[in-house]
Amino acid sequence: MASELKVPTMAEFFASGTVPEVLFWVGCAGSFDDRAKKITKAFVKILNKANVSFAVLGTEESCTGDPAKRAGNEFLFQMQAVTNIEVLNAYEIKKIVTACPHCFNTIKNEYPGLGGNYEVVHHTQFLKDLLSEGRISMEGGSFKGKRITFHDPCYLGRANGVYEAPRDLIRKLDAELIEMKSCKQRGLCCGAGGAQMFKEPEKGDKDVNIERTEQALETKPEIIAAGCPFCNTMMTDGVKNKEKEDDVAVMDIAEMIAAAEDL
Amino acid sequence: MQYLPNVIFVILLIAGIGFFVRNVSKLKRNIFLGKEESLTDDKPQRWKNMAMIALGQSKMVVRPIAGALHIIVYVGFVIINIEVLEIILDGIFGTHRMFAVLGPVYDFLIGSFEVLALLVIVAVIVFWMRRNVIKLKRFFKPEMEGWPKNDGNMILYIELVLMVLFLTMNGADYQLQQMGADHYAAAGAFPVSGMIAPMFEGMPIPSLVLLERTAWWLHIAGILFFLNYLYYSKHLHILLAFPNTYYGKLTPKGQFKNLQSVTDEVKMMMDPDADPYAEPAEDAAVPDKFGASDVQDLSWVQLLNAYTCTECGRCTSECPANQTGKKLSPRKIMMDTRDRLEEVGKNIDANKGEFKDDGKQLLNDYITPEELWACTSCNACVQACPISIDPLSIIMDMRQYLVMEQSAAPTDLNNMMGNIENNGAPWPFNQMDRLNWSKES
Repeated sequence: MASELKVPTMAEFFASGTVPEVLFWVGCAGSFDDRAKKITKAFVKILNKANVSFAVLGTEESCTGDPAKRAGNEFLFQMQAVTNIEVLNAYEIKKIVTACPHCFNTIKNEYPGLGGNYEVVHHTQFLKDLLSEGRISMEGGSFKGKRITFHDPCYLGRANGVYEAPRDLIRKLDAELIEMKSCKQRGLCCGAGGAQMFKEPEKGDKDVNIERTEQALETKPEIIAAGCPFCNTMMTDGVKNKEKEDDVAVMDIAEMIAAAEDL
Repeated sequence: MQYLPNVIFVILLIAGIGFFVRNVSKLKRNIFLGKEESLTDDKPQRWKNMAMIALGQSKMVVRPIAGALHIIVYVGFVIINIEVLEIILDGIFGTHRMFAVLGPVYDFLIGSFEVLALLVIVAVIVFWMRRNVIKLKRFFKPEMEGWPKNDGNMILYIELVLMVLFLTMNGADYQLQQMGADHYAAAGAFPVSGMIAPMFEGMPIPSLVLLERTAWWLHIAGILFFLNYLYYSKHLHILLAFPNTYYGKLTPKGQFKNLQSVTDEVKMMMDPDADPYAEPAEDAAVPDKFGASDVQDLSWVQLLNAYTCTECGRCTSECPANQTGKKLSPRKIMMDTRDRLEEVGKNIDANKGEFKDDGKQLLNDYITPEELWACTSCNACVQACPISIDPLSIIMDMRQYLVMEQSAAPTDLNNMMGNIENNGAPWPFNQMDRLNWSKES
């Protein structure tokens, strides 16, 4: 483990009268879920390494309201949104990066109608930009030649048309990217979206994450790459269900880059 | 007496088109039972979408076999309308092959119609096999029993019969032309029906004329019948695909609408200057029902979607919930919406233009909460639809009704929403702990 994480808050920036280049929206999963916290930390390590001036809201951050909206509770969603927008606007935020496609989608698409206008990017897009600007450099490291399949998060891919940024990063790791039979526009959901994460699935033949994990395992991957904390959890559960956790790792792209760079 | 056929033809034509127009006006009325929604923005993009998706069939070819076959039938249908125009004019004026004056162009036209007609026959047979012999999975779902199944086959039979009549008509015509029969001047090229013509060799002219006329009359009567069949059938998509793609969603798929009525209320609540004890204004609008429990709560575009759906099932076969055996089928959502809308329309017709409560609604009587809660909002159905139908928007509107009007969310979701309300996270963690991760090793 390298040096300690530097995680400045917006409040600190504000107190010193400066503004960061970008706000890192951590999200509820990234803040509280044990698995997702590792993604958050990996991303921060990369930001630290690249000397990106960023801040988090910390205790001033709240749920974007995505699961409430998609569960049908428009009122709760808008209460959350308006509260968050007040905080973001008070800090005069211009650019937001997040590792959660659900936060990404909501802030990018649904906040503008409520008075919140920001440039919002997914962390894979942000990392790709850092790379093309030469602010980080990447070597394959331990991922060189590994068989990796990428699971498209619905709210990143189909919902917002971001398919290439995560794939470009995987290729940059000199890994062998293998596509599942349903990918990109036709990618299969992990089963967590639309607030499904927080409830038992309806009765059926099997759970969606098992079906998706089977599709992923068909590609005989060493790593299933994900770009969403919820997909990560669902696929991890799926791999465990298939008793493949010793052979197949489920990793976020930020984790892969941090590991490749030995951060 | 000489003009009797012309008169009969005109009556048939007026009746056929008149009945169709009557149904179209009913269709329009039903669609506009839906809530107002203004979609006049970004016209260039809308025209482009219509040109690409409906006219250009761009999303059909995602599934190459079905796509290629569909394009054949589609092109056949569009092109052959030139022939139909000639038939109508001939019928009205008692002429024969009026467009023959075009000479070589006419030969080319008739020749290409014939080739297309043959291709259509082949495509229709393959389509029929897919439904009835190969039994493609997406055509065998619970919602496809009864009328939807028969309707699908019926369309294929009608198309087959129309094409066979067209070729028979041309074959007999070609034979008559070669025999130099009165009224049948040589015109047109007959690459396909020319091969049928030898079967008619040796037939006397009057019999051939009878055959040609019978095929001609049945062909045009069949077309008028088919036109009127549309309203009762999924085949309505051949017309509605155009407006439907024009009015299709332009914003990112993941962007759901923010309810304005809620925004107003939230803004008022958050306004520090608002007087909490103020009397509501006299003219304050009664808040709408939140979400949708019946077709009238949906927008007219969603209702247009329902009439446009051709039940191809591409949405359902891509739906993760359906793939894993859950009750949700996006196609069924659209079919239920249409069925209920038809029921409401009939109710209005029966009650002199006014809807009388029939004790039924779209929710529960057609679509169950179990179906609605199985949706992951992944947009696979929206992506899969070749003609820009959005089943997800209906699912979300109905969830809104369940939650905001009936507080009928599953318990787990109520817990999740309670957590967001109290802690700002869907899990029961304290907001003050949100940054703890930065200090954990």
